[in-house]
Order: sequence, then structure tokens, then C-alpha cells
Amino acid sequence: MTYRHDPYDPKQAAMLDPAALDDAVAAADKAFADATDLDALAAQKVAHLGDRSPVSLARREIGALPPAAKADAGKRVNEARTAIQAAYDARLVVLEAEQAQRVLETETVDVTLPWDRRPRGARHPLTTLMERVGDLFVGMGYEIAEGPEVELEWANFDALNISPDHPARGLMDTFWVKAAESSTGATESGLVLRTHTSPVQARTMLTRKPPIYIVVPGRVYRTDELDATHSPVFHQVEGLVVDKGITMAHLKGTLDHFAKAMFGADARTRWRPHYFPFTEPSAEFDVWFAEHRDGPRWVEWGGCGMVNPNVLRACGIDPEEYSGFAFGMGIERTLMFRNGLSDMREMIEGDVRFSRAFGMEVH
Amino acid sequence: MKVGLSWLREHVALPADLTEAELDLALNNLGIEVEEIADQRHSVQGSLVVGKVLTIEELTEFKKPIRFCTVDVGQANGTGAPQEIICGARNFAVGDRVVVILPGGVLPGGFAIGARKTYGRNSHGMICSAAELGLSGDHDGIIILPESVTAQPGDDARPVVGLDDIEVHVTVTPDRGYQMSVRGLARELGHAFGARFTDPGLAPAPAGTAAPAWPVTIQDTQGCDRFAARLVRGIDPAAPTPDWMARRLLTAGVRTLGLAIDITNYVMLELGQPMHAFDADRISGGLVVRRATEGEKLTTLDGQARVLSAEDMVICDDTGPISLAAVMGGQTSEVVDGTVNVLFEAAHWDPTMVGRTARRHKLFSEAAKRWERGVDRELCLVAIDRAVKLLVEYGGGTPGDEILDLNHPGEPTMISMAADKPARLIGVDYSVDRIGDILTEVGCDTAVYDDRVDVITPSWRPDLREPADLVEEVVRLDGFEKVPSVLPIAPPGNGLTPSQRRKRSVGRTLAEQGYVEVLSYPFVAASALSTLGLPTDAVRLANPLSDEEPFMRTSLLPPLLAALKRNVGRGQRDAALFEQGLVFLPDPAAGVPPVMGVAGRPDPALWEKANASVPAQPWHVAVVLTGEYERSGWWGPGRAAMWSDAVQAARDVLAASAVPAASVDISAAEQAPWHPGRCAAITVDGVVVGYAGELHPAVCTALDLPKRTCAMELDLDAVPLPGPTPPPVFSTYPPALIDVALVLSADVPAGQVEAALTEGAGPLLESVRLFDVYASEQLGAGQRSLAYKLTFRAPDRTLTVEEAVAARDAAVAVTAQRFGAVLRGA
Repeated sequence: MTYRHDPYDPKQAAMLDPAALDDAVAAADKAFADATDLDALAAQKVAHLGDRSPVSLARREIGALPPAAKADAGKRVNEARTAIQAAYDARLVVLEAEQAQRVLETETVDVTLPWDRRPRGARHPLTTLMERVGDLFVGMGYEIAEGPEVELEWANFDALNISPDHPARGLMDTFWVKAAESSTGATESGLVLRTHTSPVQARTMLTRKPPIYIVVPGRVYRTDELDATHSPVFHQVEGLVVDKGITMAHLKGTLDHFAKAMFGADARTRWRPHYFPFTEPSAEFDVWFAEHRDGPRWVEWGGCGMVNPNVLRACGIDPEEYSGFAFGMGIERTLMFRNGLSDMREMIEGDVRFSRAFGMEVH
Repeated sequence: MKVGLSWLREHVALPADLTEAELDLALNNLGIEVEEIADQRHSVQGSLVVGKVLTIEELTEFKKPIRFCTVDVGQANGTGAPQEIICGARNFAVGDRVVVILPGGVLPGGFAIGARKTYGRNSHGMICSAAELGLSGDHDGIIILPESVTAQPGDDARPVVGLDDIEVHVTVTPDRGYQMSVRGLARELGHAFGARFTDPGLAPAPAGTAAPAWPVTIQDTQGCDRFAARLVRGIDPAAPTPDWMARRLLTAGVRTLGLAIDITNYVMLELGQPMHAFDADRISGGLVVRRATEGEKLTTLDGQARVLSAEDMVICDDTGPISLAAVMGGQTSEVVDGTVNVLFEAAHWDPTMVGRTARRHKLFSEAAKRWERGVDRELCLVAIDRAVKLLVEYGGGTPGDEILDLNHPGEPTMISMAADKPARLIGVDYSVDRIGDILTEVGCDTAVYDDRVDVITPSWRPDLREPADLVEEVVRLDGFEKVPSVLPIAPPGNGLTPSQRRKRSVGRTLAEQGYVEVLSYPFVAASALSTLGLPTDAVRLANPLSDEEPFMRTSLLPPLLAALKRNVGRGQRDAALFEQGLVFLPDPAAGVPPVMGVAGRPDPALWEKANASVPAQPWHVAVVLTGEYERSGWWGPGRAAMWSDAVQAARDVLAASAVPAASVDISAAEQAPWHPGRCAAITVDGVVVGYAGELHPAVCTALDLPKRTCAMELDLDAVPLPGPTPPPVFSTYPPALIDVALVLSADVPAGQVEAALTEGAGPLLESVRLFDVYASEQLGAGQRSLAYKLTFRAPDRTLTVEEAVAARDAAVAVTAQRFGAVLRGA
């Protein structure tokens, strides 16, 4: 920008007086300090640094001075202007910060306001517990096997060494599928709601060759009336290993590891001889659960044993070449004592408050 | 089985200081489940004494008859004076000896006895009934001590009533019939404590005589391979059952029914041999043991007239069947009050036959339970001898000289086991000598070699059939605690299958969308199926838990909607639920599965045929929702759950299943139980995999569900599993965004419009998004405006405005040509 050269005016030359410059600096300092917001500061900037401000006018007068005086006067004016600019800059920083602070303050919200706009979903703890068990064994190299719930009587019983006259059939209160009214006049359908996950053992052995390492989580049925500790529909998880040289010690090692993974480092199993048609020898086992709601204790957990040679034979596996173990336990029961639940009915009713309490994983 | 420890001690020399805890542990470690071990000596506290009733004063001014009695309790009350006691029972008379608990005593259940004023008199104690003392039994009223009891007033009554024993109540596993006897339990405890066991089952007994005790013919030696009998003549019909025997029967839960019958039950409890006592004078002619003829009739001891099957075994005399063999005797030949000549029978029956007969006639008698689990066939003569001796001792009479023993023995069971078999199966290095010792202890006739152990199994162990059974005895008696813990190393696995991973993804996705998982019962009522308009052809249970709900679900919705209703009823009005699981689809053409043996792998053709008869059981996923899907609150209004949420749930499931959006088609459908105008068919690659939308208003009304309840159900098994995800292709050049508003008939589904736009726009179209639907009078009746945001982008350059507009025009042109759409504002 170019400035018009005013003719020399002695009156104006008074602006170059050191005292006058000092006054201009002082006046600017005060004016900037008095500006309480950025708008006021902008106005004061025009007054003290603008074209018509004292320092600007003083600079214009320099040209009128004799050459000897010019350098000195120029220096004074520059010093004054620099001082005023510095005062302005300093004030600007302060006021900008204050302004930013005010904006933040006005934008402050009540963070304690609730936000339940989208109700939370959840998975059923029986599902996630079965997944957790499955993951543990998958991590050990097992695979998860599945089978139908309406099952062949043969797979549920016969193949598992439970012949039609076996007393054990009487122990498992079985739902039978009604025979279709057909021309053959058959009165029995040959189908049941599986009473355990064990028919998947037979199905697996019929479709895979050893070595077999599987776990079978799933839903099973018995004709029990629903009460706090019984349900006609419940879940089990079952393990089956068939390989060369498998011993009961392997079964114990597996169950002890399983127990630790589910119930903590102190957990271990204790066995009692028992009878299952599909295993020989058979045992029931308890688990030592240090964090039980009612204090550390042994808790009945499941059944296990070495696969009965009759089962291996019915599935076409030579019991002289291969041996195996199997184990199983109730998922509801495990969840109940592990998490201190007392009523099985809560798991079935489908009240959203039940599953929500467990969220996406059972802990 | 419930027995007193004192009875067991008669046969096994158990430690004198055996504690209940030791006994409990030992039984558990033997594989015998302990229901309860009750020390009767501590069940009643304080003074429980014999008393003799001196006087009875009937108090009649009360609602029920009350007796004010004085009872001689000897010096037990410290004074010898008659004890004044109020009693509500009336089954006793002056002079009877009764059981009295004195003030300060405590009955089972913590019922403390004090001196108190009642019915206007002072009562100092109580005259006790069996129930009040915690004794089992079915007698009403207070205990009257029989004459045979010698105890005098003031004596401790505990030994008299059987409160001086430890009751052991156990459940044995179904393979070990021999444990259902004092003999078997004593044997087992002998193993546990290393105590000397004297086997009453091996007691010497006279052998059968040439002349029969009664003429008997066995026509079916498979059903009955042994039949022994002996007469006792001239017993005193009035002879009572000795007190000790009655008490033992009572403890075992067996009613006393007269001496001869009680003896048969006593011998059964002691030895495990079920027996029968006939009144010899009520049998006409010789006995024949045979199969029943179909439809033959017999009235059993319980008074039931039974129609027999050709599989049942019966004992007949000249009049026909007089006993349902092995299960229950008949009325016409049973021992009665006046019986003087008793014919004891002890036979050995086919366990399969007995099991079937018991199930067929629903007669699970104590005898049947033992037969089914296996009874020692060598017990017959021992049992007969024991019964005869007991009857002669307590009932008088003379045993017959003739002993019948019709015996058709089979081959003994011999098992040869490799010496390392137990080690190979258990993982413990048992020495061959240790194996031999254990099997000998079990009762086997054992021959030990370096490389094998040969045994002949004992007659009471029909469950021992092959080496694995012997191995169980070895580990059981050597102790499970000695089995080491060794983790086997599995070969590398393949992880979860794609379908297993998908189920998890679907579950997590729906939960993340606010749905709560439930696991409901799959039982449904016919009415639930018809209300929802679902086919009523469903898998039906022969013995459903509730006759109301005999069917297996063909859809997840009926039980899931019931759960939704339950939530609403409990005040959870904004509820979104999901469930995954099997549904059961009957195939009317499927036959009955073929018979398959168990001797070896089933023939593949048979196995396939068997599986063809199993109903299809696809894995379904469903959601139901009602109330606000997004809630109202301080942020503003909420949003009610609507049909589109259900459709979106289907899209979410398919997305979680990695189905490409291009493979999915949503189209209007009419399908029960949905609202005919608010139902979408979900199609993947041209196959309908499910439906979603709002339920039919009539369904909501019929099921008492909130209006506008929405639902979605997919057959996840019908959704193809994804292959590897193709590489994502996207351009980093800037997009060209163009909005178009199309006016066209409101009948045209938005999905088709979008498809037309996509088709017309060509490869430059990156995405199309409907952002507004608008109808007004200005547009004209039946018209609506659909506003889309089209995003164009080229993979290799920045598009020019001309290119983008040309693509837009091409897109609009297809909608114009196909649906008569007009570009709004154009």
C-alpha cells in the first residue's frame, strides 16, 4: 500500500516526541488490557495499531524531519510500535484462550444423563458356556460334533450297549416318538428324543476313523417334570476319545485339566465307581470347587469311563486295536453351581433379565 | 436297599469302632451310592423307655377323643410313681406295654418333649408311635410291644423298637444285582475294610432228593433253568414273626404279612434270592412251569386281574396259572391265616423275561428288581434250607424229607484276560499277582499265568462277561485314587466347522442388535400350530410331558412368542428375543427304521435307510419383538418395533453368514403367521430361506400378544455357506454424488426400483441408497416419490460431471422404461 505524502506539518511533528510515543504505548497497553473480549480487542487494535493510530501518524512524520534526525526518530517509532504490537499479541492469546474456554463451558452437558435408547441384547449363558467348553477342547485339538435331537432308538440305546431289555433303559425316562399311522401297522416309531448326547458318539464312530477326539455339546430330553433342579429339556456336553493306547489315566488327565479351566487352578476331580452301559470301567466324578457360593467343596459333576468294547464293536472299531474314553456332564448343573444359581426354571422361561445378566459371555 | 449295620456285621467282621463317615466313604469308593446313613441311637434324645399302661380315662368334652393315662415307667422318672400322660391315640388298652418319652427328651425333627398342661390335665411326656420315633412302617397309632418282648417298664426302649442300630440306605447300580442283599453288601464292605467275610450264600445246604418235594414239570427251561422246592408241614398258623425279623423287614421297607411270607422276604433281603411260599393245601395237583398263553388270566396277590402275554412265565396247577413267575404270586395259592402246610419255592428265572414281564404289567416288585439285575442261580437250595429252618424254628412244623431241585445249568462263564489288559486300559502297572488277588477276592476262580489271567466267574456275577468287566473290578478294588492324571495329546484338529462358526456369528450379531437369546422348550400344542397357521403335520410324542403339547416344533415361533408374552406379562414391554435351534419336520413317506444289530458296524445300506426315517431337523434362527425398538427418553421420542426391524434382522443374519448382498432378495409375500401386507420373503440365490415382518393382527389377538408384534424366522441350514471372501475392490478417486427423485406408481416395490437403477447405472455406480419416500396429492393418487442418492466412482480416474450425469440418466431411463418413472423436478 502506498501512502500519500502529506506536506510537512510542524504540529504533527510533535507526535515524534519521545514522551508522546511513550504515552501512546502506555495508552495502548491500557486499552488492550481493558478489552475484555476479542471484539473489544479488535476495536482497540484499530485505535492503536491502525492507520490513524498515534504510532502510524508518527511514522508518517519522519519524512518531514531533517535527515540527521530521521534515524533516531525512526528507531523510536519502531520501538513504540513493536511494544504496542507485543502488548496486543499477548492480550490476544489471553482473550482467545478465554474465548475457547467460554465455548467449552457453554457446551458442557450433564454426562450423568442415562442412555438406554437401545436396550441391550444378550446371549443365553447355556449357549456361551457350551461354547466356552467347546473352545477349550478345540484348543486341545478336539472337534465339535453334532447330531439330531429326534434320534434313532438304535443310536440312542442299542449302539451304546443298552439293549431293549437293559434295565438302564428304565432309568432313562425317555420321550418316544409316536409311530406314524401307516399301512405297515408299525406300532413303534423306532425314534426317541435323545436322552443323552451319547448317540453322537455312535454317529461319529460310524462316519470317522480313529483317532477320534470330539466334544458334543447339545440338548437332551428326559421325562422329568420341571422343578428347581430338573428339567425335561436340558443340555449336556460329552467328550469322546478313541485312539491307540488310550487309558483311564488319560481320562483323568483330561478331566483334571477341564476342571482347572472351568473352576480355577485348585480344581481337581475325585472319582467313584459307577455303572454306565456304554463305558466299562465307569465312574462318577466330583470336582473340587474352591469358589463355591457356600464355601470350598466337592461337587458332583458328571460321569465317565472307558468306552465299552461292545460300543466299539457296534460301531465297527476293533477294541483290541483301539481303546477310548468318554465323559459327560450337565451344562445347566455346571452353570448352576459354578455361578451360584438356585432355580433351573429361570434358564427356561426366557425372561430377558436372566440372559442379560450374563451378557455376551459367561464369566 | 435299606439295612441295619448289625445285620451286615453278622456276615462281615467290620471294625468295632467304624464311624458313619468311614462307612460312607467306603461305600462310595465301592461304587455304592449312599442315600443316607442314619445312626438310630442318636435319633431320639433323652429318656425313651418301656411303659405299662395302668389306667385310661376317656376325656369326651373335646372335639376328638382324648385319653388321660397313667403309665408305669419304673424308676425312669426318678420316683417310680405312675406317669400322667395325655394321649390322642386309641389303639391300646390297660396292661399294654408302650414306648414313652419323658420330659426333656427330643424326638426326630427337633420336637422337644416337656411337661405341659393340655386338655385341662398335666401331661408329663408322650406315648410314641413308630412315625414319631422316625421309624418306617405303615402302622397307625402308638406302638404296642408284643408279648415276645421281655423288656420291663423303665427299660431303655431303643433296643426294643430298633433304635439301637445304624441304618444304611444305599442305591446299587443296575449291573450289580448281587449287591441288593445283605450278602452282597457285606461282601463289598469286606473288600473295603479288608474284613473277613463269611458268605451265607455258600452255606452248606442239603442237595435235591430223588423223590420230589412236589411234582413239578418245567416246560420252558430257558425261562426257568432251576426250580427248587421243599415242604414244611404242620406249622402253627398263629405263630408270630419274631420281633427282630419284623424290625429288619420294617427297616427295609417290607411289610410284615405273616411268618411264612415274612421268611421269604427275609431270605430275599439276606441272600438276594426271591422266593415264594405256597399253601400246599391250596395247590391242586402237580405244578407246571411254562409260558403263559396269550390272553390267559391271573389275579395276582395285589388283587389285580391280569391278562397274560405269551412271553410271561407262569406256574400252574391243575386249575391253571397260580403265580406270575418271578414277579408276583397269585391269590388262589398264597399262604393265608390258616395255612399249616407251606411249600417253599426258590427258582432261577431268565432276567430278560422277568424284565419284560415286570414292564408289561408295571409290576416292579422287589423280586422283579433283583431278577432283572441278575440273581445267583446257585442260591436256590441254600435259600430253601434257610427258609425251612427259620419256619421250623419260629412256626414249628416238620420239614419234608424230599427236596426238589430241577436244575438245567448252563456253561460257567470263563474269561481269559491278557495280563497287561488292565494296565493298557487303566494306565496303572498292576502286577499279575495283584490282578489275581483282586479277582479271587471278588469270587472268581482264578488261574494266574505270566501273560494272562483265566477266571471262572462267580455265579452271583452274571455281569462279568469279558476282560473289560474284570478290569473294572481291578481298578475299583485297587482304587481310582491310584490312577495317575495324564493329559493325552490329540492330533491337530480343524477348529470349528463353517456352520458352527456361523451359528456363533449369528448369535452375537443378533445380541449386538439388542435381541436377547432364549432357549425355550420345543414342545407345542396343536392349537399353537393352527393359530399360527402352520402345518399341523408335526412329529408327535407318544408320551408327552403334557397332553396339551404333544408335538415337536416345526417353527421356532410358537415357544418364542410364548416367551415374549411372558416377558410382556412381567412388565418387559419393550422386548426383542431371539432363538436358534432345531425344528422337526416329519416326512410322511419315511418308514420305520430297519432293525440293526450291534455285533458290528451296521450295513451301510441299512444305516442309510435308518437315517432316512429320521425327521429332517434343520437349524433355524428366529426373532420376535414388540414395544419400542428404540426407546423414548430425554433425547426425544423412541421408535416402535416395526416390520422393517424384523426384515433387517434377517439381513443382519445373512450378513453375519457372509452372504453377499447381491445374493439376497427381499420380496413381498403372503405367509402365515405374518400380516399379508407386511411380510417379506427372504431369498438367497433364488431360494426362499425364511420370512420376516409384522404378525397377522388375528394372530396377535389370538395369542394375546401386543399389537404389531413382529417376527422373523430363517432356515439357516438353507443358507449356503460362504466360500473365501473375494478381495474387496474400491477406488480411491473422488466420488460423484447425484440425487435423483423418481415419481412412479406406489405399487412398484422399492427393491425393484433399486435393482433397475443398479442395472441401468452400469459399472460406475458404487452405491445406491434410498433416503426419502414421499407421497402427496400433488404427485397424484397412487403415485409416490422415491429419492435416491447415487454414488458413482471410477476405479482409475476422477469422473467428469458429464460421465456421472450420463450414468445417472441411463439409470433413470431403465426405471422410466420399466416402471414409467419420471425424474421429479426434471
